[in-house]
Amino acid sequence: MTDMPLVRTSREEIEVYRFGPVISVLIPLLALVIQAFVPVKVRSFAIFDLPLLVTIFFAVARRSQVAGMLTGAVIGLVQDALTHQPIGLYGVAKTVVGYGASSLGVRIDVENPGTRLLVTSGFYLVHQAVYFLVARNVLGIAIEWLWAHTLLAAVLNGLVAVVLFGLLDRFKHST
Amino acid sequence: MENFFTRYRNAGILVLLLFAQVVGLAVPVKRTSESGSTSLIRFWGVSAVTPLEKALVNTNQGVRNVWRNYFYLRGVRRENRELKEQIERLRIEQVRLSEDAAQARRLQALLGFKEQYIAQTVAAQVIGSSGSDQSHVVYIDKGSNDGIKPDMAVITPDGIVGKVLRVVHSSAQVLLINDPSSGVGAILQSSRLQGILQGTAAGEVMLRYVMSDEKVTTGEQVLTSGGDRIFPKGLPVGTVQQTNPGSDLFLNIRVKPAADLSRVEEVLVVSKVVENTAPASEPSAPLRAADILAERLPSVPPKPPAVPATGTATSPTTATKPGAATNPSNGVTGASNAGMRPSTPAAGPSQARAAAATSGDAAPDNATKKPAAKPSETAPGGGAVGVTSGAGIKPAVVKPAASKPAASGDAEKPKAIDSAGKPAKPAAPSPQPSPGEEVPR
Repeated sequence: MTDMPLVRTSREEIEVYRFGPVISVLIPLLALVIQAFVPVKVRSFAIFDLPLLVTIFFAVARRSQVAGMLTGAVIGLVQDALTHQPIGLYGVAKTVVGYGASSLGVRIDVENPGTRLLVTSGFYLVHQAVYFLVARNVLGIAIEWLWAHTLLAAVLNGLVAVVLFGLLDRFKHST
Repeated sequence: MENFFTRYRNAGILVLLLFAQVVGLAVPVKRTSESGSTSLIRFWGVSAVTPLEKALVNTNQGVRNVWRNYFYLRGVRRENRELKEQIERLRIEQVRLSEDAAQARRLQALLGFKEQYIAQTVAAQVIGSSGSDQSHVVYIDKGSNDGIKPDMAVITPDGIVGKVLRVVHSSAQVLLINDPSSGVGAILQSSRLQGILQGTAAGEVMLRYVMSDEKVTTGEQVLTSGGDRIFPKGLPVGTVQQTNPGSDLFLNIRVKPAADLSRVEEVLVVSKVVENTAPASEPSAPLRAADILAERLPSVPPKPPAVPATGTATSPTTATKPGAATNPSNGVTGASNAGMRPSTPAAGPSQARAAAATSGDAAPDNATKKPAAKPSETAPGGGAVGVTSGAGIKPAVVKPAASKPAASGDAEKPKAIDSAGKPAKPAAPSPQPSPGEEVPR
């Protein structure tokens, strides 16, 4: 077992990954379809946010802030389109997460399952906080911040991310 | 300067992207179609996702149908037997209910109620949802191509589900009743208290705006009130699950929806609601039941104006009958036949009503002025006779009709008229009803 440092010391050590155009479109689309389809059968599945996990994965793997932001914005806007709320709520939240995840991916190792769990849980909280702030302060939507529910959702999404990122690792190519 | 832009390029792009989206929140670019305007991004997003959802649903259903229809047939005979027994039970119940329904319709017509019923529905399959806890919406596989329009009610046989919010060509977005932005006019079945049904962020359904001093029992049925102009009146909504006094003047009533909103698969979109109205009433004065009945009766030919009255009002078959000459409403009824109106304007419904209101006992006068008691010629003028049948009028018909109970059936029969008059003993004159009385007792 090789010992990998958790924090990178220089940019030269960072491995940047690329994805084919088909994968870049298909995986987010699949995540959106599953996210929209499964809660019809299992309502509690809505606690997961697969589009967010995919956003984090692509942002961290590409390690490009612009790419991370754009991925987050596009996925978020399509997710907004499926709700009845104003377009841009998820867009703004996922843009911020895409930027943050790609910035973090430059600095720390995110191949480790433990790191993935922590990073994803943390970004889930950031995502929910941005969503809450925009919805409440910009749009005046009366939503409640439920600590217990949000923390539980953060941990569950982190756990799913560990499995999902392991599967998605197969599609990435080193540059 | 160049270094500044290079250094903060990514942060600048982030700010630009966020700014664009915040502006986009306020100024959505819309696409206008015949079914209303839809945000362009929403249209693209839905168009990208719903075909895949449809394919998933169809595949899932196909596999399930093959399994259920060709392989898994265990217990079908037993189920068939049970269903047959159920049909028998329901047939018996249907007879009873149809009698009740007919009676209710008659009473509604008498009272001038508007009656709403669902005339047309479109069956649709739920193909997806928003996938978010913050937005309780589902997508159905029917859209503007199938005649779906915004604000149509969406129901299941169990109860209401929601309303159509946005429509694209082949799919539509349905806002569920448990969404916080949803609102449905509701009424409690037994106490008849009205409120507004709203969802919560947690996906619960609450009945709001019921005063805290009202008594609401757990388990009471909640129905649509029809006040929202979306859901027809009387559809099941759910049952009262919990009642708590709220912080304000109103009760917090939690309702368990009759339809399982978390697992709704097939729905009906109410595409046409027919509203039956009772015969048009005069806005200036309230309409009497006898007037309504008179307008529904077959008309009789106009009475020759020159026929003299020969004191026949004292005939025992008519003048002594409470349902005939002594009842003001009967006088109006007979006079309000189509054939009578032009020739005797004073005997029209409104005029007769006015006369009845101004003079305490106008009806007997009317009866004596008209040749009502002369059986062959004066039948149209005599209230009860004119009502009894349109043609071949005989005084003898009046007798049995006057003694029949009111609630026995058809509004066009004499017995229905009796309900407007006094169905008491024919021989002895019963107490006179007040002249301006509006509804039968």
